[in-house]
Amino acid sequence: MTARIGVVTFPGTLDDRDAARAVRLAGAEPVSLFHAEPDLKDVDAIVLPGGFSYGDYLRAGAISRFSPITEKIVDAANGGMPVLGICNGFQVLTEVHLLPGSMIKNEHLHFICRDQTLRVENADTDWTREYEAGQDIIVPLKNQDGQYVADEHTLDELEAEGRVAFRYVGWNPNGSRRDIAGITNARGNVVGLMPHPEHAVERGFGPDSTEDGRAGTDGLTFFTSAISSLLANP
Amino acid sequence: MATIVVHVMPKPEILDPQGKAVGAALPRLGFDQFAGVRQGKRFELTVDGEVTDEVLAKAREAAETMLSNPVIEDVVSVAIEEN
Repeated sequence: MTARIGVVTFPGTLDDRDAARAVRLAGAEPVSLFHAEPDLKDVDAIVLPGGFSYGDYLRAGAISRFSPITEKIVDAANGGMPVLGICNGFQVLTEVHLLPGSMIKNEHLHFICRDQTLRVENADTDWTREYEAGQDIIVPLKNQDGQYVADEHTLDELEAEGRVAFRYVGWNPNGSRRDIAGITNARGNVVGLMPHPEHAVERGFGPDSTEDGRAGTDGLTFFTSAISSLLANP
Repeated sequence: MATIVVHVMPKPEILDPQGKAVGAALPRLGFDQFAGVRQGKRFELTVDGEVTDEVLAKAREAAETMLSNPVIEDVVSVAIEEN
């Protein structure tokens, strides 16, 4: 059985085609999901890609919360379906309260686009199980509203429960609290991060690696992890 | 027609990068009287007819649940603006 992984398109989503490509390169079937149709099309997992849904009006990710498909996604996530939010997708996951905290403008106000080193802090989630805890990976980062904030109590809770999934290494590019780049829910099926693993899945198009220019494919493991999670928990 | 005005501000403990940038730019134009700037949002909700207590309560609910994100923002005021 080939896993079916849905990729959601909201008005203003930019990275849906890259996310679908990553799904396909990982060995699953990408399924396009459209914000206006409350139909998950029998997918096994869902990716909320990056971009500027609804132009980031009000707050990044805020209006997507009220799209017809979003309620279905929230129900599926609460039922245990693997859901990954990348960049704007992460912002949507915080706005629908599947993940705690929020993102505000980068501390220095600049839009950042760079190859970013991350440490995988939690390799037990549905989207990270094929990494090793403590492993450093390089994936592109590109955003303006990437500063992760939450109150101290929430941050302490995330740390204590091992729910910080990724941390920035070497340089904190946006002022995120405690260098947090991505987090998971308690169950490990909902993961959100600001950097873009879907842009590091194919030789020649990824970040520079020690091996060769543009050769980095560290992001592909997100998608193969989801597939192996689905095989382990059918 | 009446207007309900909602003011939303970043929480005091949250750094406000936009306000900080504006604050840093003001002295460059000779406005050096101000110690700091914080930037928020103003929403104007127009109502056909009278603003009843019920309508005002709904405006408060909208302010708390949609117009602001309580993780990073406070609703400072929800008030009827007299024309």
